[in-house]
This record gives sequence, structure tokens and C-alpha cells, in this order.
Amino acid sequence: MKRFLAAAALALLPGFGFSETPCCATGDLGLIIERATGSLLVVDRSDRAAIGRVEGLGDLSHASMTYSPDERFAYVFGRDGGLTKVDMLTHEIVARTIQAGNSIGGAISDDGKLVAVSNYTPGGVKVFDADTLALVADIPAPGKTIGLADLPGRRFIWAVWDSGEAYLGDFSGAEPVITNLGHIGKNPFDAVVTDDAHTYLIGLFGEKGVTAIDLWDDTPKPTRFLNDYGKDKEDMPVYKMPHLQGWAFTEGQFVLPAVGQYDLLWVNRETLEQVATTPVHGQPVFIIAQPASPYVWVNFATPRNGVVQVVDSRTHQVVKTLEPGKAVLHMEFAPRGAEVWVSVRDENKIVIYDTRTFEKKAEIAAQAPSGIFFTARAHQPGL
Amino acid sequence: MRDILAPLILAALCLPQPATAEIGKDRATELEHMVIQDCGSCHGLTMRGGLGSPLTPAALDGADPDALASIILDGVPDTAMPPWRPLLTEEEALWIAIYLLNREQD
Ligand code: HEC
Repeated sequence: MKRFLAAAALALLPGFGFSETPCCATGDLGLIIERATGSLLVVDRSDRAAIGRVEGLGDLSHASMTYSPDERFAYVFGRDGGLTKVDMLTHEIVARTIQAGNSIGGAISDDGKLVAVSNYTPGGVKVFDADTLALVADIPAPGKTIGLADLPGRRFIWAVWDSGEAYLGDFSGAEPVITNLGHIGKNPFDAVVTDDAHTYLIGLFGEKGVTAIDLWDDTPKPTRFLNDYGKDKEDMPVYKMPHLQGWAFTEGQFVLPAVGQYDLLWVNRETLEQVATTPVHGQPVFIIAQPASPYVWVNFATPRNGVVQVVDSRTHQVVKTLEPGKAVLHMEFAPRGAEVWVSVRDENKIVIYDTRTFEKKAEIAAQAPSGIFFTARAHQPGL
Repeated sequence: MRDILAPLILAALCLPQPATAEIGKDRATELEHMVIQDCGSCHGLTMRGGLGSPLTPAALDGADPDALASIILDGVPDTAMPPWRPLLTEEEALWIAIYLLNREQD
């Protein structure tokens, strides 16, 4: 809190440069989306405390964000097509544009110069200058775009729900170069780039299976795998689409959510063969690897969303089941894995656990919190 | 229509009237929460659409409440709209249909 006040006071003094008074760093800050109120809670990870709130961001259901390379600014992608640039030091909105009717997520280029947004209506990808939010490129798509991620060299990759195609956009030259990577399967619901930017993994809703695209290949093309998972079981209704941003990549494996099954699917990274199945508490939504550990943490779709499970990637066994409270929407790890922050929407709080002892370290009040985003994401490709 | 509307508005104001004969005030509050949060994850918190189609009164354009209730209960096959029958009674689905048709736009 002290630091927040100091920052605010400094901001009031004209010409008082931050470089002369290095009072405020952003490396252990974060933002939490308060979806019902269209606000962001600014948090200090080390103090385990809320230090401010930014209001006026519109419909933040399904909102996500990305950070500038210096961790000074957040770019927030709202459901209502709003793209908002937020200053982490002053807690102010510095730029905002309503760039589409309905959007789903975004990404920042590896050099931090471009921000791309993935839109539902009208479908497509729009690219903005990260400084000013001026429109740089407008790439239409034959439907809702999903799974937008950055690739090295000022490139972005995305997929289209309606047409089942993936596209690569290269924005390093004067004009963008867009390549259709081909048919990836029916109704891709989300996609993610692996931590080494080697593979683009695309989850399918309209048919069984997952598609991989080798991004290190000179002519990347789709490969299907997991085509018949859970074929001996009846599918259950999916009350919330899984998110793939946190798909975990551990122990030479990908771990993926089964769609319509209460299972995690483990796949060998090299061969794309399924190596194991872990029965879990519900329809998995996020599966996130705990940094510097063999564990992944999983949350679940409504109505079984009061629970978080921890699974060991070596044995594929559930090793811990926690009950943080009603409607757990997201989990974010401290970058070195010591703590995990869990948002509990219906109890208006964030619960912080020690990842080794599972002891509850603190709770922070937040209004219907969903996504938690620490600034350390600034340095991770694909986030 | 007016007869259905009035109790609904009252329920929205959290007065101790049930929305329909079958649904109590507490359950109505839960259902409203469910519509905004859980349906909202696909249809948008303001029902203006997302992966799911817009469910604003304007978009639904006076659709038959019973027809909407049956979509809610059984879903739309081969789309992402799931069947809610495991979680909702027929009365509750009808309550949601009427609620969606008469929501105030913000
Ligand atoms: C997992 C995503 C998802 C969730 C959650 C969801 N829906 Fe849907 N819903 C859809 C999709 C997709 C469609 C469009 C189906 C189609 O193409 O016909 C739809 C269509 C509908 C329709 C038909 C609209 C029309 O114009 O015909 C209604 C009504 C509806 N949903 C109500 C609800 C309600 C009420 C809830 C919550 C109890 C809900 N939906 C939750 C995805 C979802």
C-alpha cells in the first residue's frame, strides 16, 4: 500500500522522472480480472496484497491480458471487443479502443511492438501498435478466431473455429504475409504454443482429437493425434470450454484435457502417442504445470468447480485435492513455483497456497475474480 | 405476458415473491447468478454473445419461452450448447427462458 501511495504521489508531480527515483518496480506485481464489475485488481505478489484497482474496462468475461517487455503496461482483451492499455505503476488506463464487437484474447509480438487481438464478430485478427494502440493491420477470417499466440520474429499464429483452419501471420516486413496452414479439424476451441515454440497444439471440440503443427518445420503442416480417446465411454456435457493457455508440458509429455470426459490425457511429446489417462474430479478447464516441479494443477468446469487437484506427471496419480471454495476459475503460479494463487469467483476471494505444504498462506478480497496474471508473463513466449 | 413479467421484475428486485409458482426466491437468485456467470462464459456476461449466440431480448426476438426452455434442457446437438437437464428442472429452464426474454438491457 505504501508503495502504491508513493507512486500516486509521484505521478502528481510534473517532471519528476521515475528514473531519478526508482521507487517502483513492477516485477512482482500482477492484475486480477474482476469480471462482473469490469475492473482489475492490482496485486503485489511479495506482499500478498491488493494495492489498487483499475475501473472502467467493460465486459471482462473471458478476458485475458499480456504484458509489455518492461512489465510497465498490461494490454487487456475484453469480451466486448475492448483493448485497454493499463499502466502498472499509476494504475491508470493510458489507452483504450473498442476494436471489434466481440473478442476473445490476444498476444504481444516477441519484440513488444505489436499487440494482436483475436475477434469473434467480425471474425479475424487485428494488429495494433503497442505504444499508441493505432491499428496496423486488419486480417479478416472466415469465422471466430481462437488460440492466437506469438511466435519468434514478429509472427502470430491463430485458428478459426468455424472453418477449422490455422493461419500464420508474419508482421516483420512492410506488409503482413499470411499463410494458411491447412485444415486442422472441426471446431478448434483453443490452441497453445509449447514453451519452446516448437509445436502449436490445437484442441478440437467438433470431433475427437488434437492437432499438432511443427513450427520448426520449413513448411509447417497439421498432424492429428489422440483421435479416439475415451471412445469406450459416453461423452458428458461440456459446461465450460477447456482453456489451453496453461496446457502443461512436463516430463517429456503434453498433458491435455479430455473434452466431455473427466480425464487428463498424457501424450509423449516426441511420438504423440497417448501414454496414460488420469481420472479426475470433473471436466478439466485449466491444466497448469507448477514451475520447477513434476506437478500439474487442474481446475474444473461448473458445476464441479469447487475443487483443485494436483497430479504427479511421473506417476499420473492425483496427489492432492484442495477445496478453495465455490467456483474456482483460475490459478497462477509465482514464477519459481513456491506459491499458487487461486481465484474463487463465488466467494469473492483469491486464496494463496504454499505449493510444497499446501498450507493456505493468505486470502485477498476481490470482486468475482477470474484470471490472475503476474507480470513475469512478459518474458514467456506464448503468453 | 404481463402476468409473467410482473413477478419476474419483483424477483429481480429481490422482493420475497417467487418468479413463478414453482421457484422460490433463493433459487431464483441462484438461477440469475448461473445465467450471468455460467451461461455468460459462452454467451457473454451481458448476453451479447461469444462462442454462443447472443441471448439479448432483441436477439431472441420474442421467441417462444417453451421452445427456448427445451433448447436449454436438451442443448443443440453438434454445437457447443450443452444440455442443462442434469442441472435444471423444466420449471427452472422455463424461468430462465422468461428471464432472458425480459432482461433489462444495460
Ligand atoms: C459451452 C458453451 C455454452 C454454454 C456454457 C451455454 N451455451 Fe447456450 N449456446 C451455445 C452455442 C454455441 C449456441 C448456438 C448453437 C447453434 O449454433 O445453434 C447456444 C445457443 C443457445 C440458445 C439458442 C439461441 C437461439 O437464438 O436459438 C439458448 C436459448 C441458449 N444457448 C441458452 C443458454 C443458457 C440459458 C445457458 C446457461 C444455462 C447456456 N446457453 C450456456 C453455447 C453455450
